Amino acid sequence: MIKEFKLPDLGEGLTESEIVAWKVAVGDTVALNQIIAEVETAKAVVELPSPFAGVVAALHEQPGTVVEVGKPIVSFEVAGDDGGPAAGGTGSDAGAPARREPNLVGYGAVLETSGRPARRARTFAAQAVPAAAAAPAPVAAPVSAPAAAPAPVIEPVAAVAAAPLQAERPRSTPPVRKLAKDLGVDLAAVTGTGEHGLITREDVRNFVGGGDLPVAPQDLAGVAPQAAADGERETRTPIKGVRKHTAAAMVSSAFTAPHVTEFLTVDVTPTMELLAKLKASRAFAGYKLTPLTLVSKAVLIALRNHPTLNSRWDEATQEIVQYNYVNLGIAAATPRGLTVPNIKDAHRMSLLELSTALTALTDTARAGKTAPSELSGGTISITNIGVFGIDAGTPILNPGEAAILALGAVRKMPWEYQDEVALRQVMTLSLSFDHRLVDGEQGSRFLQDLGAMLSDPGMVLAMV
Amino acid sequence: MFTDDAGKGGISAGGPGNSAESNRRTGGDLVQLITPGGERVSHPEFDPWLQDVTDEQLGALYEDMVVIRRIDAEATALQRQGELALWPPLLGQEASQIGSARALRDDDFVFPSYRDNGVAYCRGVNPEDIVKAWRGNALAGWDPYTVNVATQQIIIGAQSLHATGYAMGIQNDGADSVAVAYFGDGATSEGDVNEAMVFAASFQAPVVFFCQNNHWAISEPVRLQSHIQIADRAAGFGIPSMRVDGNDVLAVMAATRIALDRARHGGGPTFIEAVTYRMGPHTTADDPTRYRDANELEDWAAKDPIARLKTLLERKGLLPEELEATVAAAADAVAKALRSGTINMPDPAPMDIFKHVYSTPNSSLDRQQDHYSRYLASFGDPAEAATEEGAR
Repeated sequence: MIKEFKLPDLGEGLTESEIVAWKVAVGDTVALNQIIAEVETAKAVVELPSPFAGVVAALHEQPGTVVEVGKPIVSFEVAGDDGGPAAGGTGSDAGAPARREPNLVGYGAVLETSGRPARRARTFAAQAVPAAAAAPAPVAAPVSAPAAAPAPVIEPVAAVAAAPLQAERPRSTPPVRKLAKDLGVDLAAVTGTGEHGLITREDVRNFVGGGDLPVAPQDLAGVAPQAAADGERETRTPIKGVRKHTAAAMVSSAFTAPHVTEFLTVDVTPTMELLAKLKASRAFAGYKLTPLTLVSKAVLIALRNHPTLNSRWDEATQEIVQYNYVNLGIAAATPRGLTVPNIKDAHRMSLLELSTALTALTDTARAGKTAPSELSGGTISITNIGVFGIDAGTPILNPGEAAILALGAVRKMPWEYQDEVALRQVMTLSLSFDHRLVDGEQGSRFLQDLGAMLSDPGMVLAMV
Repeated sequence: MFTDDAGKGGISAGGPGNSAESNRRTGGDLVQLITPGGERVSHPEFDPWLQDVTDEQLGALYEDMVVIRRIDAEATALQRQGELALWPPLLGQEASQIGSARALRDDDFVFPSYRDNGVAYCRGVNPEDIVKAWRGNALAGWDPYTVNVATQQIIIGAQSLHATGYAMGIQNDGADSVAVAYFGDGATSEGDVNEAMVFAASFQAPVVFFCQNNHWAISEPVRLQSHIQIADRAAGFGIPSMRVDGNDVLAVMAATRIALDRARHGGGPTFIEAVTYRMGPHTTADDPTRYRDANELEDWAAKDPIARLKTLLERKGLLPEELEATVAAAADAVAKALRSGTINMPDPAPMDIFKHVYSTPNSSLDRQQDHYSRYLASFGDPAEAATEEGAR
């Protein structure tokens, strides 16, 4: 008979281990407790003794693979029933994908597709999104894909939402889950009527009894918290929609890409003078020019000499993707929350085209009409926190991108100018980059070039 | 008394990792009766305590050590195979545990640490019961009063207080039993052990502090814990101490007998430092290669407690092939029983968690028990459960 050996929890509460090497091959006869593999856990490299005497029938995992605790790693052809049941439980319904394996210590929860624990955070009383804030927003945060429907506040995004972000399992209690499992009910299909959408025993039974119950949209865009009722000292708002996506993206970015942030304060008086000149010129009549337009252009120019800031870390394939184009993301505060739509192939655009694109992008975002395609595929982002009167920040990378630049407010400040203190227009640039991809030197030189162009636009001649 | 004049030590106490130790040595040399090469060395103070040890008994000590090593190896394998959550191997410390435990009387009471499985085995604890707690099937594997061994203490050194308290109880009873606390070198830095020694000395309690200096407190070498030899710490409390080769089953046995005898006759506590070495990891969740030198391990492998006794027995012609085969068969049988007993151990019932918490009825616990049983019932019949808290 064939017996499987499932990877046990070798430490205390470990959920996975890496197969370092197999000490046996298929067809080998092994004795009980013979060392069959070397496995590395987060704590130690350990040798695995065979739990059976028999012949190796199959090795299910290759050396170098990280295996979840509870997955079969090797099968044996065993003559008689000698030692009792196989390690790792009875395995009656091995077909279920995310089944929790008995795990003596640690009880590592079932790995959810989103990979991170979902907790309810405290929320505070309703706070209207300032209408004026529809322009670029404070800290860049991407949203995988909000709906393109026109209704600004409450609209279902579930249909468009990317699959990996269906993080949280439906709220219920263990006895109800057990009941649902026994009845073969998928709790994701059941609408909870309890507190905070908790699925009750009644809900499950109603679902089974009258399968025609309408399934309400599970996932609403949820930036606007419910208004606080009189006397309520705190308001609880379910985490969903853009807020949830933003949170997931930020958490994933902050905890996968090692962030470095650098600051550079520049005298941008010459750029502001250039801006005034351009605005007055005929060529730009009718176009909307802002400091953001010029900084965007400067970023595109600086990227030519520093392409590493326009790249991506591809963990899955273990490759670095160097983009030979720029899809420039602009963080925007929208009625539904923060989004980062991007301008496709911005590197090909003239200043005029860039200005048009930026205006269109912010207008669309403000109206809440940004199409999902405009939200994906960005390669580098800019966030303009200056519009809120803020000087500097440590922006969090849009996942999958190597850099993000935050523009501070342009302020008149006493500044060194031609060896004297003068009142100059000064701006702080904050650049965060993924240190896996970009070294301090590259990031610093990129930032320095940007500063050089903004403090003296004529420097562009030296860079193109 | 024995720290000063026990002058027959043959080996150095420490490997390279603990070489600084020899410079700081203040007390006596290590007492050793069987050299690593398997030679029996005579010792004027210790030999009288071993005169009754027959050749058969020497063979039995050998079998004990082989069996406990096999139990230990099997339990380690069972952990690697997912059958135990954790296991603290005692590999290398067999002589310390067997030698001391075999010196005890049935009415003596042992307060062991989590690694003293050899002691538990000698006291008659079923190997399956030893692993039960490590499998998560029980909070403790045995009834302390049937074998006079307390449940294994996980808190470092805490059992030394229990032992001292128990010893004071023996005193009050006017009995001549002895309490024995087993702990390691690291525990001697704990407040509990120091407090226990203060009380034991103050009350001259019949307790033996049996310290297995295995050189490592998880990843911390003993030389960092103590700038003097561990045995010399006892002097500060006014407790006589001995320092013996912990890989020498006879030296350990003699020292334990001396200490027990003193305690039985109103002489108060004794501290024994058995100098040995933890050949394995701290537990199966530990990787000692990250903090200790492989050379040190090699040095200590040459001082193996079983190998030296085997050589001695062979030299004396006490280990014919048949006996060797019998011992091996005994070890295999115990290991096999341990394996099948572990794998087929029934899971405890959910309500078992409430057993053995209090010896007398407890209303708070009864209430919890009631809630929990109703909660468990809510997994059952939906109609019935809906009326209870299951409808939450």
